[in-house]
Amino acid sequence: MADAIEVEHLIKRYGDLAAVNDIAFRVASGSVFSFLGPNGAGKTTTTEILEGLRRRTEGTVRVLGLDPWTDSRPLHDRIGVIPQDFRFFEKITPREAIEYYGSLFGTRPDAGDLLARVQLADKAESRFDTLSGGQKQKLGLALSLTNNPEICFLDEPTTGLDPTARRAIWKVIRSLKAEGRTVFLTTHYLEEAELLADRVAIIHHGRIIADGAPSDIIAAYGRPARIRFEAPPALADYLRAHLGLPVTAEDGRVEVELHEKGDVVRILSAAEASGIRWQQFATEQDTLEDVFVRLVGQMDEGTLKTETAT
Amino acid sequence: MRWTRILADFKIVVRSYVRNPVALFFSLIFPIILIALFGLIFSGSGTAVIPMTVLNLDHNSPASQEFMDALNSTSFVKLSFVNWSASSFAANLGANDDTVGLIIPEGFEANFTAHRPVNVTLYTDPEDAASAGQAVFVVSEVTNAFNLKAANGSAILGVNTENVGSPVYTYIDYLIPGLIGFSILTSPMFSMVDIAASYRKEGIFRQLSLTPLTRAEWLSSHILWYMSLTFVTAGIMIGAGIVLFGAHVTVSLGLIPFLVAGPFLFVSLGMLMGSVAKTPESAALIGNIVTFPMMFLSGTFFPVSDFPPGLQAFAHVLPLYYVIDGMNQVMLFANAARALTDVLVVFGIAVVFFLLAIRFFQWRDE
Repeated sequence: MADAIEVEHLIKRYGDLAAVNDIAFRVASGSVFSFLGPNGAGKTTTTEILEGLRRRTEGTVRVLGLDPWTDSRPLHDRIGVIPQDFRFFEKITPREAIEYYGSLFGTRPDAGDLLARVQLADKAESRFDTLSGGQKQKLGLALSLTNNPEICFLDEPTTGLDPTARRAIWKVIRSLKAEGRTVFLTTHYLEEAELLADRVAIIHHGRIIADGAPSDIIAAYGRPARIRFEAPPALADYLRAHLGLPVTAEDGRVEVELHEKGDVVRILSAAEASGIRWQQFATEQDTLEDVFVRLVGQMDEGTLKTETAT
Repeated sequence: MRWTRILADFKIVVRSYVRNPVALFFSLIFPIILIALFGLIFSGSGTAVIPMTVLNLDHNSPASQEFMDALNSTSFVKLSFVNWSASSFAANLGANDDTVGLIIPEGFEANFTAHRPVNVTLYTDPEDAASAGQAVFVVSEVTNAFNLKAANGSAILGVNTENVGSPVYTYIDYLIPGLIGFSILTSPMFSMVDIAASYRKEGIFRQLSLTPLTRAEWLSSHILWYMSLTFVTAGIMIGAGIVLFGAHVTVSLGLIPFLVAGPFLFVSLGMLMGSVAKTPESAALIGNIVTFPMMFLSGTFFPVSDFPPGLQAFAHVLPLYYVIDGMNQVMLFANAARALTDVLVVFGIAVVFFLLAIRFFQWRDE
């Protein structure tokens, strides 16, 4: 399938500062793509360039085959956007807001259906200024769907929301993908990206430092899976001598790296055979968050090797 | 430009407005307050009634009474009577801060009926020249009338007074077009400058830029709203002027072009001012710099023809001048030709400001 978004050599400068410094990525049609990065990394700038809200300094950007800045009018008929911290007219109700957007786009959305979809049906007649933060975001999401968009841009849609509201929005994002729409999601929450995204890109200081499926990124940049015992250092010595696997001991914990699945059985047998008393064990694996924190840390220290997982 | 989108946005504007009870209350009550306040302040300032202290030494004789009645009937003086002695009269006047006094001498009636010369004495204070002049004029008028009567004569030469212009109009009649102009200027200017700055800050313009609504459509729906509001407030002001002060102004279809073109002009100008400013604070400042001189120097409270020549020339470059002058031509002077010129000027300026506002008002960032 064709790519919904294509970005090459994208640069955005504000004076001398390059907020986005020569990045490239592609988003496949019908996939969920998550754009990650610390605050000020260039996430929102990039997203706004893709949405046609901001002009780029250099590079090529195609969204649904259109240049977002010069073809913003036809593009906006085909994309849906909820910006960060969605705001609307204070005295207007969600139902009126959807009818308003319907009139502007010339579509006839069923306000009741859309609000039910984002779990806001009970607030259909409440004025915007009486809604909670989560309810406002849900209205933003509903409004971004009034024109039946091919791509949904969601800029930190769950920031500041309680766990129930976040899960409600996750459910909508999954259903958008099921309907064949492309979702471009920026978020602070790494587990959200890991859970929802087919592919993620991590941006820091205006550069993409990792790009790929979450599992591939973890495999490429994460530490290997480990088995951990609560046990005295003597166990570490024993295992090191008998297994030929990397073993560390620290704070009453002994960790052994796994190189393949069968290692688990070998390690447990050896521990049992050692006769040394150990309390309990657990297997550990890096999450996207661990990888993210490590990559961002390495870039700040200048020790990052730039390579891209595919 | 699509009417469906303008109307959709107009509905949002109207709802936002009417659901704000404080704003609604003030926009309906404010025109009445304006008319009542300025009507009361200025309508009394025509010809002042001066207080006159009277010492009647002729023991309230019928002739002296008649003289008092004649003074009273001019309605230029208000008499109060004292029983001071003639020798201390001037000193007492000064002690009471009275500036005008009159003594009717003893024997006033006897001398008058016998056709012997007799003088009343008028005391005035040169420091209060206006009252002094008015008192001398009134008392001389009344004594002349008495002389004429004593000579059994009748007036041969008389004066008919006519006002310049069409029917008799008073200050309140001037005030109504002026204050309608005042509200046509102020209510869109202040709120559009504010909207321009706050919608940009809150990201509402960005939000709207993602819809097919264009800036011209958005601005048009606001113009439409302020036109509607202007029709209501103009109606309230005219009604209040008639009910409270008995104003007589002509309400005709000729007023409509001004109630349409005026808001068109000032909504556009307000948006232009709000758009060239970088921050809400500077927007408010620029708005005030543009609004305030226009508020006072366009004939809102006083006819521009009463201004010194320099200020008159300045008034002629203020757009509001043409709105108010045109409404004066329609409501007071029935001068259709000049009203037409005025309305064409207003429409012309409005179109220019509208186009400039659309050009300068960006709802996405570079």
